[in-house]
Amino acid sequence: MFGKSNFMTTKLDAAVGWARKFSLFQYPFVTACCGMEYMATACSHYDVDRFGAGFPRFSPRQADVLFVVGTISHKLAPALKKIYEQMTEPKWVVAFGVCTCTGGFYDNYATVMGIDTIIPVDLYIPGCPPRPEYVLDGLMKLQDKIQAQHEGRETPPLPGMQRSLHESGFSV
Amino acid sequence: MNPASLCKTLADRFPQGVLGTHTFRGDATVTVRPEAMLEIARVLRDDPEFRMNFLMDLTAVDYLAFGKKPATGAFSNTGVAVRPPAEIGGKEAWPGRATGDRFEVVIHFFSLPLKHRLRIKVPVGGESPAVPSLTALWLAADWFEREVWDMYGIRFANHPNLKRLLMYDGFMGHPLRKDYPVNKRQPLVGPVN
Amino acid sequence: MPETPTLDTKEMLINVGPSHPAMHGIIRIVARLDGEVIRGAEVEIGYLHRGFEKMSETVSYNGVMPYTDRLNYVSPLINNVGYCLAVEKLIGLTAPERCQYIRVIMSEISRITDHLTCVGASAMELGAFTVFLYMIKAREYLWEMVEAVTGARLTVSYCRIGGVKGDLPAGFEAQCRKALTETRAVLKEVDKLLSRNRIFVDRMKETGRISGEEAIAWGITGPFLRGSGVAYDVRKANPYLVYDRLEFEIPVGRHGDNLDRYYVRMAEMEQSMRIVEQALAKIPGGPVLVEPESGKPVDLEKMTPPAKPESLPVMPAAVMVDKGKRGRIHEIRDRLAQVDPTLGGYDAATERQVAAGEKRVSLPPKEDTYGNIEGLMNHFKLVMFGHGVRPPQGEAYFPVEGANGELGFYVVSDGSENPYRVRVRPPCFTIMGALPKLLIGDMMADLVPTFGSVNMIGGELDR
Repeated sequence: MFGKSNFMTTKLDAAVGWARKFSLFQYPFVTACCGMEYMATACSHYDVDRFGAGFPRFSPRQADVLFVVGTISHKLAPALKKIYEQMTEPKWVVAFGVCTCTGGFYDNYATVMGIDTIIPVDLYIPGCPPRPEYVLDGLMKLQDKIQAQHEGRETPPLPGMQRSLHESGFSV
Repeated sequence: MNPASLCKTLADRFPQGVLGTHTFRGDATVTVRPEAMLEIARVLRDDPEFRMNFLMDLTAVDYLAFGKKPATGAFSNTGVAVRPPAEIGGKEAWPGRATGDRFEVVIHFFSLPLKHRLRIKVPVGGESPAVPSLTALWLAADWFEREVWDMYGIRFANHPNLKRLLMYDGFMGHPLRKDYPVNKRQPLVGPVN
Repeated sequence: MPETPTLDTKEMLINVGPSHPAMHGIIRIVARLDGEVIRGAEVEIGYLHRGFEKMSETVSYNGVMPYTDRLNYVSPLINNVGYCLAVEKLIGLTAPERCQYIRVIMSEISRITDHLTCVGASAMELGAFTVFLYMIKAREYLWEMVEAVTGARLTVSYCRIGGVKGDLPAGFEAQCRKALTETRAVLKEVDKLLSRNRIFVDRMKETGRISGEEAIAWGITGPFLRGSGVAYDVRKANPYLVYDRLEFEIPVGRHGDNLDRYYVRMAEMEQSMRIVEQALAKIPGGPVLVEPESGKPVDLEKMTPPAKPESLPVMPAAVMVDKGKRGRIHEIRDRLAQVDPTLGGYDAATERQVAAGEKRVSLPPKEDTYGNIEGLMNHFKLVMFGHGVRPPQGEAYFPVEGANGELGFYVVSDGSENPYRVRVRPPCFTIMGALPKLLIGDMMADLVPTFGSVNMIGGELDR
């Protein structure tokens, strides 16, 4: 990387973005079935550590990325919102599994129809539950997004990445 | 004891309290009056003939919409006409319900020493349905009864701590009642529907 | 006598959860502490209530299957089997013998994955992270098996009323035995790491104690009850499927503490592997068609196969459907439908092995669905809105041995295509009800191993 001359030049923003995207401290807010696939992704078989995100922090104050893993019910929604508000900037939110994206097939009195009605979401990983490969793919897309944000670019229009309801002017 | 003799013994012991019995698909089922329920439960637990030491399950069914749905398919309304194989037994049709009350509290007992199972059904209706609580006899009844109160709004007299279990305070209504719409939301934060 | 100075102590309330690092699952425990000793505890559940029972009333009988996957999402196949058996009891139907063996094999594989996750996660919470990694590695071996059979890793929806979705894939037996060997090796490693580990044993021993009588009064079943020395297992007490033809033992503990529950779970995994191996050896190979009226197997050799004009050209079924939609009937006339390989495992030969030969319950083989009007009508009658499996009016309760204890399904039918009421008897519900009893008198730090040995699964607890 450094070559013979032992130094490299870069923009500071790009360097910060590079550093941030490869040291994601995540807070897994694990509620339901998706947690099993989250475990599988985190463990040795799929090894999320290869992407610099292998270090779950169990306090929202120390975390960069909030992984919302599993169905959010109306009873739990205030807790989720509180956890999001406790996280320090910069922070990103990943909706892991279709229940967090849209509510999935639990269209009933108890379930929140997508967490983007409560908190802003940066990345949606649908699937019921998403396979570990899919999660890793989503994680790399999130890294691209983080890098782009620090270079002042617009988020690259990646396949599978949508604007959240908050970004599109939806008010709660 | 086999299902038929379980039903018969219980009906003979409590001619006043038992409203009806049947053994549909090999499940011994006894419908009892709410007033007699506590006494029957005590006998089931303590009598050496029954020895029902497990309260396996306690739930309720709301019969408000039962049989109201028009038959849309080509098959007859009684459903599949497959004859049950011999080991299941009951070749007779379901005898139906003993009373016309809206709710039925359904309790499943199991006897570990005698390995038999029994289903007790307690019909209950009215504006504020209530049945006696079984918490004094089985500790397991505590949460089951709280859940039934939460989901169906059936009160259990003498329950020490009857409050919502699965839903939150401030939730209006009882979601498993047939007249509660399936997606009527009452969110704590966020938009309605 | 000088007065002993007493320190002013106050009881303290400490709130654990709903999202707590040392607890897998969403639950809130409000513990009342005197120093470090728990004097009282209140457990609040319902954070994962997503209306399983209400949703079941809005879908068809087979449509409940995906919802049952997500009850106990660590062992979804047992939920599938339990629900199917309850509905089959209501209808009065028995699945073919090969299908019963398949259900046993898949249930036991699921039970192993559940125990692996439970022991691994609770060991991780006590600091043994290596064990967790090992256990999840072993779980991956088994999940590969599950994926090979069902097509999904976790939410499988494998069972159908009257049968299963498809037959076991080719070469399953050898792969399965290999996966079991690998799992055994992992268990041996874990046993070396944990069973005589001083820290682990000290934290597990004599914490969360409950006697057999108390556990029965609380309605506790499964490994938790067996840890207290009561040998109750639905597979032995009320044998279902083919469990009465297989040899296995019920491991029981003596002290009813967390350590005994750990030993019971480890021993049960070995028994489950024994069951799988026996079932693999005993499973009938050939197609087994059961007469729905008598329940007796039909000898296929003596049956006259349906006449197939071999001279007709073959056309892929999907192409046929496309042409049919565009009205090009003349192009598909006098052609034989060939089923797409993605629908594999569900042609006529395998369908007879794994689904009850009852038109009003089981889907027809895909060749028939695409190839002739009878099959298409049959398919239509089972899958279209307003049609479907219609059990007679009535009610049935069927208990199976879930990974956490007795998993019972109580189904009420009013004769229409939607279940009138589906009730699950969740095994960990009663254990959670007894949690205050288990915690009171122990130290605050003992909450973690006790909660771990409960193996609370949110989807099953709150439904």
